[in-house]
Amino acid sequence: MGIPVKISDLYGKIYRGIREIRGSLVVLDPIPGVVFDEIIRIRAPDGIDRLGRVIEVSRDYVIAQVFGDESGLQHDSIVKFTGSTFEIPVSPDVVGRMFNGRFEPIDGLPKISSKDTRDINGFPINPRAREYPNDFIQTGISAIDGMLSLVRGQKLPIFSESGLPHNRVAAQIARQATILGEEESFALVFAAMGLKHDEASYFISQFRESGAIDRSVVILNLADDPAIERLITPRIALTIAEYLAFELDYHVLAILTDMTNYCEALREISAAREEVPGRGGYPGYMYSDLATIYERAGIVRGKKGSLTQMPILTMPGGDKRHPIPDLTGYITEGQIILSKDLHSRGIYPPINVLPSLSRLMRSGIGPGKTRDDHKELSDQLYDAYSRGVKARDLARIVGEMGLSDRERLFLKFADLFERRFINQGEYENRTIEETLDIGWEVLSVLPPEELTRVRESTIEKYYYKAKAAYEGIQK
Amino acid sequence: MRQGEIVKVSGTVVFGRGIPDIEVGEVVEIGEDRLIGEVIRVFEEDFAAQVYEPTSGLRVGDPVFGTGKKLVAELGPGLLMNIFDGIGRPLEDLIKLSGPFISRGIKAYMLPRDIKWEFKPTVEAGIEVGPGDIVGEVKETEYLVHKIMIPPNMSGVLKEIYEGEFKIEEPIGVVEVNGEEKNLYMYHEWPVKIARPVQPGGRLPLTTPLITGQRVIDVLFPVAKGGAACIPGGFGTGKTVTLHQLAKWSDTDVVVYIGCGERGNEMAEVLTEFPELQDPRSGRPLMERTVLIANTSNMPVSAREASVYIGITIAEYYRDMGYDVSLMADSTSRWAEAIREISGRLGEMPVERGFPAYLPDKIAEFYERAGRVKVLGRPERIGSVTVVGAVSPPGGDFNEPVTTHTLRFTGVFWALDADLAYSRHFPSIHWLKSYSLYAEAIIGGYVEKAVENNPRLKDVWPNVKEEYPSYRVEAMNILTNASEVESIAKIIGEKALPDDQRLLLLTNELIKEGLLRQNAFDPVDSYSEPERSILILKAIIDFHRLAEKLVRENVPIDRIIESPIVSRIKRAKLDERKFDAIVDLLNEIREALSSIAEEYRVSISF
Repeated sequence: MGIPVKISDLYGKIYRGIREIRGSLVVLDPIPGVVFDEIIRIRAPDGIDRLGRVIEVSRDYVIAQVFGDESGLQHDSIVKFTGSTFEIPVSPDVVGRMFNGRFEPIDGLPKISSKDTRDINGFPINPRAREYPNDFIQTGISAIDGMLSLVRGQKLPIFSESGLPHNRVAAQIARQATILGEEESFALVFAAMGLKHDEASYFISQFRESGAIDRSVVILNLADDPAIERLITPRIALTIAEYLAFELDYHVLAILTDMTNYCEALREISAAREEVPGRGGYPGYMYSDLATIYERAGIVRGKKGSLTQMPILTMPGGDKRHPIPDLTGYITEGQIILSKDLHSRGIYPPINVLPSLSRLMRSGIGPGKTRDDHKELSDQLYDAYSRGVKARDLARIVGEMGLSDRERLFLKFADLFERRFINQGEYENRTIEETLDIGWEVLSVLPPEELTRVRESTIEKYYYKAKAAYEGIQK
Repeated sequence: MRQGEIVKVSGTVVFGRGIPDIEVGEVVEIGEDRLIGEVIRVFEEDFAAQVYEPTSGLRVGDPVFGTGKKLVAELGPGLLMNIFDGIGRPLEDLIKLSGPFISRGIKAYMLPRDIKWEFKPTVEAGIEVGPGDIVGEVKETEYLVHKIMIPPNMSGVLKEIYEGEFKIEEPIGVVEVNGEEKNLYMYHEWPVKIARPVQPGGRLPLTTPLITGQRVIDVLFPVAKGGAACIPGGFGTGKTVTLHQLAKWSDTDVVVYIGCGERGNEMAEVLTEFPELQDPRSGRPLMERTVLIANTSNMPVSAREASVYIGITIAEYYRDMGYDVSLMADSTSRWAEAIREISGRLGEMPVERGFPAYLPDKIAEFYERAGRVKVLGRPERIGSVTVVGAVSPPGGDFNEPVTTHTLRFTGVFWALDADLAYSRHFPSIHWLKSYSLYAEAIIGGYVEKAVENNPRLKDVWPNVKEEYPSYRVEAMNILTNASEVESIAKIIGEKALPDDQRLLLLTNELIKEGLLRQNAFDPVDSYSEPERSILILKAIIDFHRLAEKLVRENVPIDRIIESPIVSRIKRAKLDERKFDAIVDLLNEIREALSSIAEEYRVSISF
């Protein structure tokens, strides 16, 4: 719902009359001087003020997209042109605050007032000005730290499905994420698009509990808020995140959830504009549009702060090839995929590491960062686990007895890997050392000659010790 | 400059009116910020331009200026080691002008104006000169001598030629063209959408391999110098890493790398890594032979098309000097999507998944600019442009317009496979789905290159030239047959298979692990010299042939599987002694298998 304002609050050019209302799009008469992409306010006779954005200007008409509820709009409405693109005021006071999807405070405190404003679309980071991210972030979750290491300045999404605990995983990451050897913790920017009330309050209570709320900014567009508003919510959040990271030197972790709702809003607008639909009815430019969100992560040369993004999306029908996860995966630097199968077997976090990936892992791990064996160990775990999963598939057809001894060994490994390495407590915060040691422990059920992805010297250094320890536990 | 006005703004496309003689392809400057655009359609009264910068803030009635010029690239010294945006502005200059974020309406020259280059003439005044004639040289980097040529549209008498240090805007000579004296500069402009001319009938057959140091490519699916390759793969299948590997290790003189609609951090990675990596042939930093073009996914969509054309024009320019050039474009799908978006905004009829009917023409035009040619001018010389285009098919499904059309115009198909990628088998080029149309013509050249690199190969394998092709075919056959056996094993289990089929699976595994899988981040494995790759293939096939004999003599396959030689073969590629390690491996294989033969009292001839 919009917030009523007095007509005297409106300034700038004011016009009366809407030619046509097509869902969330309105067609206006051609008005001289209308700026492409400018923000308008529309006041219908019901007294409610709605925000809109000009998306096409021509000699014959102006088309604007209305954020907020279109019911109540009629021909006889007042349209006010602001002459500027969507800008928000920024100041250090935003930290610790809570806003709705249009950047209006919902925590009972006054609006942010500042002369310093920012266009929410931002500007692309010059690739030459980027610093390649290479600081390992310890999340305390073995599946991520060991196999899909996150680094500062990365954009790493969680691909989930309805009914899976992605919120708990994200909250755990937000709670536990630290840079090794640094005291400073992350500032959180949390943007909710179409989130249910209970999910939003779960996150907020999590931030409160861990004390993170004092260094977080929360932007909430809830499930019953206008869908079209979701197109601006993540942009507001990232504008704030960029401000915190590149001007106030914070290390920022931005959680955007649920990107699926965002994409649906995009589709709605595209359909209203009668554009040629692409796959699944989503517009052909969805890739570029998503890129203008996800690419706003990174580290800029000469700036102290950083912006790490963790978007969350639910894959419709659990299908990774659906346009939303597909296009996201093409832009982000990897993906963490949650699996229904692991979840139903009681594994938490149910991260299926095989299709998951962190593209920046290599730069963040190794001697001096995590440990010298990290890369080889994770390669070996991947290899062995994929063989184990293959053996498990085979066992479903031919029975375990039909497997060769070697296959049976890998199957045993896969079970142990899931139960011991992937599985952990929601409040269990493992150090990277612990994670890697557990990795060797589960590998020690395999004979050393099967470990072809590890150097012999690395086997000497870690394998036998872990094997002895593991056999000790078994006894 | 002719002036008109805006009549409509729709996203990245702006419609203008009031310049009657505007032409398609002309560069226009739009609005008060003078945003750069290019005319793509001319209608009865109006014209449409795609704008290479964000269009917010434009309004109906704002001015549009016709520049009378096409979109051009400036070609001259200063391209190497540089990184440009999609329309050829150096990114370093943009930082100086607008900070770490790119704002709008910034103008920057493509080539540096302030650097003085040491120009050495190679001809004397008084001679007749024509298009492409080399008149002098500039040492552009320690690695590469930049040949200064007469521009393709100039001919006449060289009246004067100077020697010394010059900035690019200072003349280095005078040419009399039809009685008129014209200054000659170290650089010239060329419209990027037009292929640079070569000698009539100058296209040469493709007979030389591009050596990439990537075993699955060099051995199984090689690309020829001057050829074109398509590398499609879903996200996470390793397109970018493979392209980076090609950019690093290909034996070409110049590499043009286009990041088109991809990640900003990937360009940052290249910029961090390439200056530190050494070219294996010259020992110089790789950056000295590299030109980068970065139009990342969040940069304006229409500039993606420009980035591809600017890249290929630069590649042709170095080809014209007589160099071998390779160009990597990551990813051509993003370019095709830009075409689709613009087409949609023009209200054109879509034909296939929203793409316009002329998509295949655009793709063909681009890949046809690859080739090995006799270039224009004296002295006579041959140059080549090899093009490798990544394709990002939606959902990883190759049956989509960009992939299928690209395959029609390229000679090599490297199909990246998601399942291989999930088990961290990289490069995830699938051996059953990929192909190379150049292979027959160039594998001979590959062996020659290997022998030239390391003549000892001939001592270890005297008949390498004659035998190598059959070894290669045998490897392909094993891979094909093993995949059939594998599908049976999936139903009845490996243990239930006869021993000869289990051997097939074992060799299959050795080829995959020991030969095809290659770790881009391992210092020993990242680049595999031709002689080493060839010998690894020999080791595995020799092993297979010998083991086959043992199995035929009823030696149980399990005895062979559990032999330590198996894991030796898998690991040999990581051995720091490189070639020598494989020479030793050949002997170890004989010893290991002959001792098994002895154990079972069978005699097999080696």
